[in-house]
Amino acid sequence: MAPLLLFLAVAYLWPFLGVVKWSFTLPEPGLGQYGAVLTDPLVQSVFIRTLRICLIVTLVSVVAAYAITVVWVRGTPTQRMLAEFCILVPFWISVLTRAFGWVALLSNRGLINTWLQSIGFISEPLALVRNELGVIIGMTHFLIPFAVFPLASAMRNLDDRVLLAARGMGASRTRTFWSVFVPMTMSGIIGSALIVFVFALGFFVTPAILGGGRSVMVAELVYLRIFQSPDWGLGSAISVVLVLFVGALMALLFRYVRPRQMV
Amino acid sequence: MHQPGRAAEIKAIGIGKSFGTFRALHDLTLDIGRGEFLALLGPSGSGKTTFLMILAGFLPPSDGRLFSDGEDITNRPAELRSAGMVFQGYALFPHMSVEANIAFPLKVRKVPAAEIKERVAAMIERVGLKGHARKLPSQLSGGQQQRVALARALVFQPGVLLLDEPFSALDKSLRGQMQAEVKRLHEETGTTFVFVTHDQSEALALASRIAIFNHGELLQVGTPGEVYDRPASRFVAEFLGEINMLPLTDVRKDNGSMTGLCEDRPVTLRGSQDVTGDALLAVRPEYMTIRNEASPGENGVSATTVGTTYLGSATKLDLLTKQGTKLSVSVPNDVAANALGSSNPIWLTWPAERGILLAR
Ligand SMILES: Nc1ncnc2c1ncn2[C@@H]1O[C@H](COP(=O)(O)OP(=O)(O)OP(=O)(O)O)[C@@H](O)[C@H]1O
Ligand SMILES: [Mg+2]
Repeated sequence: MAPLLLFLAVAYLWPFLGVVKWSFTLPEPGLGQYGAVLTDPLVQSVFIRTLRICLIVTLVSVVAAYAITVVWVRGTPTQRMLAEFCILVPFWISVLTRAFGWVALLSNRGLINTWLQSIGFISEPLALVRNELGVIIGMTHFLIPFAVFPLASAMRNLDDRVLLAARGMGASRTRTFWSVFVPMTMSGIIGSALIVFVFALGFFVTPAILGGGRSVMVAELVYLRIFQSPDWGLGSAISVVLVLFVGALMALLFRYVRPRQMV
Repeated sequence: MHQPGRAAEIKAIGIGKSFGTFRALHDLTLDIGRGEFLALLGPSGSGKTTFLMILAGFLPPSDGRLFSDGEDITNRPAELRSAGMVFQGYALFPHMSVEANIAFPLKVRKVPAAEIKERVAAMIERVGLKGHARKLPSQLSGGQQQRVALARALVFQPGVLLLDEPFSALDKSLRGQMQAEVKRLHEETGTTFVFVTHDQSEALALASRIAIFNHGELLQVGTPGEVYDRPASRFVAEFLGEINMLPLTDVRKDNGSMTGLCEDRPVTLRGSQDVTGDALLAVRPEYMTIRNEASPGENGVSATTVGTTYLGSATKLDLLTKQGTKLSVSVPNDVAANALGSSNPIWLTWPAERGILLAR
């Protein structure tokens, strides 16, 4: 434990303290950069877009992952194998490859648009990429497998007899699913949503490629402020706000998830 | 369809269940009477839970048919069977309060809210959980959780209540208390109870009839007195409690009773059975008396004491007959002291009606 903490301190905390220092000192000492974070319309719009994208991605990923996990944990042996395959394959392909893969699929002259046009379903290509939709598709695809694991552990811990009990008392399958199965896997849902949301907040590669510069998210904004329009103070202040936000979120949700998991 | 509050009468005909090539249940035919308290008794893996799951509708049988009140329910899904079930480990809904757990089966049945409130409150009162209604199951003791499970299974007035080893997780004193409670609930509700246990004393104490299982077969069904005093097989005889087995030879019918030779001494048994030649004579130790001498014509066997075990309220004597059969009896502590003092063989005698004749 101790060497790990030391490593984390040296590798993350120390550099982060440097970033905190910049945020208060560049270009001149003071709270000016934080004022800018709160008032600058560009920064504001990026924050709002980031939150919106992350919420949608979290919702879609968790719902999709829930369905996959139900099959993975409770399906027939064949279904389980298929689900496992779908969950594991994405881990073998890099983020970059996947992002470009989605571009190839979704762009105006990509597979989907060409196919839809060839069967005459649409006349103009659909705008599936280089916008928020593309970003959401790419991020969701990336994050679903990560959402699966907390859900799987919650579903595995669930005592089958509780479900039988509900059926035996006259509840239909649907009723049992909504009144018993979902509430009893709530800790997994919360854990999975937390992981996806926090990952999504820091996404850089996928929005940069699939957003085509039009749907800038917060991580890309920090990058731009540091490397392209050197404004290290503002970039640092945005980073600090992001880290504090994620930290607060984790603290809040851990307090909520922990006692629940003990049931 | 079942009408609430009416005890069900169940008929199982030729029920079998295979898991792959493994036969967990074999050709089981059993009538469960309206309002009776039936115990399914058997060692671990004998198929008790499997049969209960088939009764509840959670497992489809591989063979045979199941009838409830004369209706064929073999293919009826669990949620339409109206069987209350108390699972091993209770299977309460951990995210629902005691109240909500008990209300669940009524909500599912779309009972009006006001009536639900009333019936849940009455049920909570009945199982002695007043003041715990708002708690979560995790905040209750084992015995209290057990009561919630019972209340939840009984609140919708099922035709039959199925209980799978409901007391196995409780300590001994709580066990006794809950047994009494279940017995009271059975009398108050008049519902048919089917109760799984592998504890013979529990079955003898609670049930109106006992069905004994082994290796997926139903060996014998009868009242506690019948299966205890008139076991049909060696397995049943031994499973229901301590019993001494003596080899018999030259067994034959003798106008209305049976005779045979036990260690070269003639013994008699009541009743007439189709057993001849070699057989086993089984006698419960509590029906055996220790004597210095057996009078001629009396059923008896001589043996020497080879060990004693102090049990507190009594002492258990381990004995060996001349031909090497092991026996044991419990005797008052002072009698045991005397028996040990002498190295002479003692006699064990028993009344003819207490001898049980079993195939070898
Ligand atoms: N789903 C299943 N698949 C395969 N075998 C099973 C299954 N369920 C039960 N069995 C087997 O069937 C046999 C009977 O099991 P069952 O659970 O009915 O025993 P039991 O009498 O309830 O035992 P216990 O007292 O240990 O609860 C066991 O050998 C068990 O391994
Ligand atoms: Mg069992």
